[in-house]
Amino acid sequence: MNAVFLHITIFTALACGLALFMIIADFFIGDYGQAVITVNNSKKLEVEAGSTLLSVLKGQKIFIPSACGGRGSCGLCKVKIISGAGDYLATELPWISADEKKSGIRLSCQVKVRRNLEIEIPESLFNIHEYRARVESIRNLTYDIKEIKISLPEEEQINFKAGQFMQIETPVYELTAQPVYRAYSIASSPGQKNSVEFEIRLVPGGICTTYIHKHLKIGDTVTLNGPYGDFFVRPGQKKIIFIAGGSGMAPIKSMLADMVLQKNTRQAVYFFGARTQKDLFLTDEIRTYENRLAFRFIPALSSPEPGWKGESGLITEVVDRYIQNGPEYEAYLCGSPGMINACVSVLVKKGVSEKEIYFDKFG
Amino acid sequence: MLSLLMILLSSAVTNNILLTNYLGLCSFLSVSREIKTSVGLGAAVAFVMSVTATLNWVVYYKILVPFGLEYLSYIVFIMVIAAFVQITEMILERFSEHLYNALGIFLPLITVNCAIMGASLFMIIRKYSLLHTLFYGLGSGLGWMFAILLMAGIRQKMVRSRVPRGLAGAGITLIIAGCMALAFIGFNGMIPV
Repeated sequence: MNAVFLHITIFTALACGLALFMIIADFFIGDYGQAVITVNNSKKLEVEAGSTLLSVLKGQKIFIPSACGGRGSCGLCKVKIISGAGDYLATELPWISADEKKSGIRLSCQVKVRRNLEIEIPESLFNIHEYRARVESIRNLTYDIKEIKISLPEEEQINFKAGQFMQIETPVYELTAQPVYRAYSIASSPGQKNSVEFEIRLVPGGICTTYIHKHLKIGDTVTLNGPYGDFFVRPGQKKIIFIAGGSGMAPIKSMLADMVLQKNTRQAVYFFGARTQKDLFLTDEIRTYENRLAFRFIPALSSPEPGWKGESGLITEVVDRYIQNGPEYEAYLCGSPGMINACVSVLVKKGVSEKEIYFDKFG
Repeated sequence: MLSLLMILLSSAVTNNILLTNYLGLCSFLSVSREIKTSVGLGAAVAFVMSVTATLNWVVYYKILVPFGLEYLSYIVFIMVIAAFVQITEMILERFSEHLYNALGIFLPLITVNCAIMGASLFMIIRKYSLLHTLFYGLGSGLGWMFAILLMAGIRQKMVRSRVPRGLAGAGITLIIAGCMALAFIGFNGMIPV
């Protein structure tokens, strides 16, 4: 009995001794002190040195895209490092092309922060954050489109350009065995920084839309990240054509709200295509912009019921009727691929430059 | 003195831990593609092997034997090796970035290398003294490095040879290792263990 006790004690002492030794070593050797990371020659971040650039940046709320979680097996987390990174590691080389090597592109999950670093990352990445946020309200806009308002945690803000989208996570539920992300355009104004709104149409059988329509409740927590995308109003003087169908309303609505914020005086016309009157939504709200902007709203129905006083016909026909002098315009389109392709050809025929037609197709 | 030299040479050549005991094969197969990385890994193995065998000798004869704990030697050896490799990695990373890039990134691979463990176990079976153990560990490590360098040389030459598809990679490497092992048996008898 005594011998068993003695053996256990000695073995435990040995193990603890080694562990203690390592902890002490880590404390003295592993302490790299502070380092300063200069991002894009302007922003200076004071960080705890010693771990990888990817995780240090994550700690600073800068999210470099990475699919493998820092094991060096996806090659996505590339960052341009101007100085302070040291030599390339054997673990990076498989992912770096000769051109990238010349310009100092590194895998941020392999590069350790040991001293001051100068790095360059695309400006848009600064803005991409992950949020765990609360569903504030849900309302029906039509029989198959819901408006979801999500409040960010109190201390957090989102900065986005009107027209950009975010990815919403659908957790595991009966239709999916793993979390999936789908992209939805932000419908709210960029001036509203503590919450975001989405307009989401139920796609029969769709994993995310079914979850949002049938399972999501007020008060639930959702995970979303963003903003992403380059669908936003370009600066310039040309008149603007907006064309949308269904939940393509969302980014256009955000753009209109932004134009009010910016006191934008450009002329704009908005064609919104729907099948019947019950597919129309937010008509009154959009109409209010006619008083605040140099703006006209033209909803059009393809199968109008008797008594409809607005435009009728396919959206392409309505656009064809209204737009006369194409080169005066630039266009922003959001909707199904079929609708967008048809509208683009009409616009091009009318003389709108193809380079000035921007769109966001639902994939 | 002569016996020390004998142990060094025999463990490096005639009793090469890789080619006669076939230990440390996984990293041997996966890293022997290029001479440059082989040198790094080989040097790391030689260093870690000589130090851990010596450390384990001390732990075994000064702690385990007096308390009758020999039956725990496997797990204790593994702990000592793991702790040593970790600390070496930390020190290298902190004080010599160059050496870390050349050797350090291989250290985590070595923690679980059976050749390292094998050297510690053999020195017990063979009842080596402390000094003998140091030379044995060093010799075995150098022998391992020697073997992986030879293999890397052969594999670099082989890049352009046509290997049957089913044998490409690990298959042909194992066959070559077998041929090398046969050749090394030829050294037997030159130096008695």
